[in-house]
Amino acid sequence: MTTPLHRTPLYAVHVALGGKMVPFAGWEMAVQYPDGILKEHEANRKGCSIFDCSHMGEFLIEGDAVLSGLDGIVTQAIIDQPVGTCRYGMALNDRGGVIDDLIVYRLAQEKWMVVVNASNIEKDAAHFRKHLTSKSKFMDISFQTAKLDVQGPLSRDVLKAFIPGVDALEYYTFATFNVLGQDVIVSRTGYTGELGYEIYYPWAKAEKVWHAVMADKRVRPTGLGVRDVLRVEVSYPLYGHELSEDISPAEAGLKRFVDVSKDFVGRDAFLRREKEGGRKIIHFTSENRRAPRQGHILFAPDGYVIGDVVSGTFSPALGVGIGIGFLKKEFTSVGKDIIFGDEKIKVNAQAATRPFYKAGSLKN
Amino acid sequence: MEIVEHYLYTKEHEWISIEDGVGVIGISEYAQSTLGDITFVELPNVDVEVEQFEQLTALESVKAASDIFSPMSGRVVEINDKVSEDPGLINRSCYDKGWIAKIEISNMDEASNLMTASEYESYLESLDRGGDTESEE
Repeated sequence: MTTPLHRTPLYAVHVALGGKMVPFAGWEMAVQYPDGILKEHEANRKGCSIFDCSHMGEFLIEGDAVLSGLDGIVTQAIIDQPVGTCRYGMALNDRGGVIDDLIVYRLAQEKWMVVVNASNIEKDAAHFRKHLTSKSKFMDISFQTAKLDVQGPLSRDVLKAFIPGVDALEYYTFATFNVLGQDVIVSRTGYTGELGYEIYYPWAKAEKVWHAVMADKRVRPTGLGVRDVLRVEVSYPLYGHELSEDISPAEAGLKRFVDVSKDFVGRDAFLRREKEGGRKIIHFTSENRRAPRQGHILFAPDGYVIGDVVSGTFSPALGVGIGIGFLKKEFTSVGKDIIFGDEKIKVNAQAATRPFYKAGSLKN
Repeated sequence: MEIVEHYLYTKEHEWISIEDGVGVIGISEYAQSTLGDITFVELPNVDVEVEQFEQLTALESVKAASDIFSPMSGRVVEINDKVSEDPGLINRSCYDKGWIAKIEISNMDEASNLMTASEYESYLESLDRGGDTESEE
């Protein structure tokens, strides 16, 4: 018997809404609601959608950026990070592979929140504890912190009705607001490519804030199923797909989030692997509605195996299948025409530029 | 869960409706609701011979790919082009407008290997009781 699944504080709310609950990263999560993934997609891209992401991990760290050891754990620059802003980056292992991708929030001059993937909370916490110094305080607040993602072109309009001032937030910044008597952190961040916000607040208030957002009839609940479709459409990486302990940020096309002018765990290995060259991430579109899937193989037009698929879905925005894969080191300069499939199917595809979906309201 | 009375069903949730030696084939309400929004339908070629319970074609939903097996042996005589243009038709009308193919049945005795509507209903209940076959991530 495996360990029982965790439930977010909104579990009963999802069940009441008809959410289809499935295991994900050790949690019982809503993969979709009765309207279905296509309607949920439309709600996000054209209106406002809400995701319960309370399964994700949050760490609080106190201390100086460098003396605490935090700067030596994450790949992105944080010394010059202004209070009230977020920065995306990764934590690497000694081999230059990715332990996790994460966002650092600078809460105060010497106070930080780090947001990590649900599947990696334990591993990350151990890594942080190992590399943080005695000049730091570390707290894992994952199991007491609820997180709601309110995303879509109408999200600003929805939230400002009961969170005055939220509309002033710039992309990748955050602030603390009092919502229904509770201090919450709202950041202008997300995982869909649309204008959107993430709200962090105590577990005990989970339902109260959810219902406050849902009181606006324009808001639709959306599940992890469409969340994956949306993130693939805008080519955001997902740990376990585009990122893993064996994949270097350079291979995943995330070099710009690695500041090699500072020292951090995995820096030398990262530079060595970059010099040696490695696999290369490729984005591609199917010639029809058939979707590539994780585990599919990538072939050259002559049938030669050149790589594999790590993410894929039908794209409601493009009307065709879209996929992300890795080309083997020897085949990083293939032409535009490729084929994806397995022993049963072969589908013609074309290399594409990221993101697949370019019309998002992200920076509106 | 809607089940049509005079159709016959497979354990893989296909249905067949037989009239004058021709069988119309589609997927059940249970299948379409489990799959979710269907986004791709591969239609078989006309004139292809299929064996009972062997692969007839394939469907994809946003999250998964799924093979469709032929409830009986026969030769494909007609395919429903409408579902390849509009795969959601299967979600909206799985027992009627969302049919997939018609076959000329080669062995009528094979019908005894299929479930009647009431047998299929009991089968679905048994799945609900614990034979859970969820496969989504």
